[in-house]
Amino acid sequence: MALLEARRISKHFGGLAALSNLDLNIEKGMIASLIGPNGAGKTTFFNMVSGIYKPTSGQILLEGRDIGGLRPNRATAMGLGRTFQNIRLFSNMTALENVLVGMNCRLKSTWFGALLRSRSVLHEEAGARERALKLLAYIGLGGKGQTLAKNLPYGLQRRLEIARALATGPKLMLLDEPTAGMNPQETVDAMALIKRVRDELDITILLIEHDMKVVMGISEWITVLDYGAKIAEGTPEQVRANSRVIEAYLGKGVATGSRRIKQKVAGGTASQEDGTI
Amino acid sequence: MAQIWHSLTAPWRALPARQRQVLTWVSSIVLLLIFPLVDRTFKWGIVNDVTDVLVLVILALGLNIVVGYAGLLDLGYAAFFAIGAYTTGILTWPPHSLELNFWIVIWAAVIVAAVFGIIIGTPTLRLRGDYLAIVTLAFGEIVPVVIRNLGGVTIGIGPWRLLTDFNLTNGVQGLNPVGQPRIGGFEFSFDPTPWYYLILVIAGLVIFANVRLQDSRLGRAWMALREDETAADCMGVDPIRTKLLAFAIGASFSGFAGAFYAAKLQAIFPELFKFNLSIMILCMVILGGMGNIKGVVIGGMLLQLFDRVVLTQTTILSRSIGQALHISPLETIDLSLWRWFFFGLAMVVIMVLRPEGLFPSAARRAELHAADEETPLPAERG
Repeated sequence: MALLEARRISKHFGGLAALSNLDLNIEKGMIASLIGPNGAGKTTFFNMVSGIYKPTSGQILLEGRDIGGLRPNRATAMGLGRTFQNIRLFSNMTALENVLVGMNCRLKSTWFGALLRSRSVLHEEAGARERALKLLAYIGLGGKGQTLAKNLPYGLQRRLEIARALATGPKLMLLDEPTAGMNPQETVDAMALIKRVRDELDITILLIEHDMKVVMGISEWITVLDYGAKIAEGTPEQVRANSRVIEAYLGKGVATGSRRIKQKVAGGTASQEDGTI
Repeated sequence: MAQIWHSLTAPWRALPARQRQVLTWVSSIVLLLIFPLVDRTFKWGIVNDVTDVLVLVILALGLNIVVGYAGLLDLGYAAFFAIGAYTTGILTWPPHSLELNFWIVIWAAVIVAAVFGIIIGTPTLRLRGDYLAIVTLAFGEIVPVVIRNLGGVTIGIGPWRLLTDFNLTNGVQGLNPVGQPRIGGFEFSFDPTPWYYLILVIAGLVIFANVRLQDSRLGRAWMALREDETAADCMGVDPIRTKLLAFAIGASFSGFAGAFYAAKLQAIFPELFKFNLSIMILCMVILGGMGNIKGVVIGGMLLQLFDRVVLTQTTILSRSIGQALHISPLETIDLSLWRWFFFGLAMVVIMVLRPEGLFPSAARRAELHAADEETPLPAERG
């Protein structure tokens, strides 16, 4: 059974079909990517899985349980973590507090417990703090726990978003353009981090990415969307060779005509891949 | 000037942070405890005023939970104050022949206010920002009107009557008298000093609750909602539950304040809980620094000090200047009529120059400077 299974899901905004009848399976332990031109429906898909949008039709199963239409916090409690395309940290809270908020649904203390501050509450808080600090160190933010999120440099903000999502205890992480706006070195570091999270923490990853170096470099499975429909899926090699994909990205003339450009697309990504792995 | 200040405070800064904190707390508590004595010795006669100011500070602390922590702009907060006061009034007004003990009634007021916090909170859950403010504003207007009209309640179906012309709130005249607290044989009455100590205890409780909640799972969830509701939801914070808790807990504080105020004033009527009061409390929260307990307490006191002392004294001063120089507009000036002008001006100035308030979260700053605790920061002490 796949970890995440989307069965014929559609999303309509008024008359516009942002996604139609999409089937998508993500196997456990994978790093998978969702790619496609702007407006292809990638973020819409993420928003449906994480509960921000309710699918117009279809089912979304996480470990066989239907999560379609659940409120985001319920989906998170079921094991779904995510980051956002444009960073959405709690900017006036410290890095540590950001991570602690991520742990919210795994903690039990109530308002009454907070007032009394009983031994169990104190114990839970101390444990949470310790785990949060470890997580920050793991993600490369060691010693930055007391910095306000908004005062962190851009690359670290992206990392903090990942740390915060990890704190929710996810089985599946959705990363929406994790390397957007990063310089080449930061991108390489981010890729290494993503691989490390999968390998060491055993968290399945699905990412949206425009940077083909990243996509080809770390994904084991790629799904290509265009105009709200799946046009291809497979391993990076398969997708790279797929004529419909090249057509979607570069236009029809390219796929059927100029061999030279086609080679350039395929070749360019291949050489980058060698460089980064 | 800064140099002198620096050298004067040097021994103070030489103390370890922990000791400084304890000293600050102990000295402010002692000051507050002996205040009525000082007041009597110097014949200031302001214990009663200070008690009223503390009522407002408690209200500001309650609103601080809703606006400061959870970021829900509530423009009708005085409604909860009214509900707390009227719960007390209804349960102790002699014609109702309930006349319950004040110490039970005050908790009833807290619970009723909290329930109303949830009732008003529920329809606003999906609203954000401006729209929330408008709905709470309406609620703040509705409550006094409803109270005014509950002087003759008739409940019945067809010819059957459960209640006929039942006088719940006594309409515009209000409830008078309201039951007073009593400890053993001692009865609270016209001497302001016992009231002062009672409000001090309540304020202590409310500050304690504020402090504990701020640094808890719930407090963090509130702040996350304030920062970004969608992101908070995706990180597992249940916005519905969290918002309702903010409304309920914020309202419950005003239940305390309402019960106390009703008992102290001995008479309550709808006019006491107008829109102006909601705005005044909001001004106190904003002036001091939203989300910061110390800021709200000090900011609230400053605003009240300005209102009750500075304005009256400058009125007297400008009148005497006017008389000396024969400037007729100055002779008859009453600056306290200008109070809202000055509050508005203060808000504009604060928003432009220092949007985080006069006392931005010192706890946060302490956190930020935890590593370099020994580095002196002159402006920070207090």
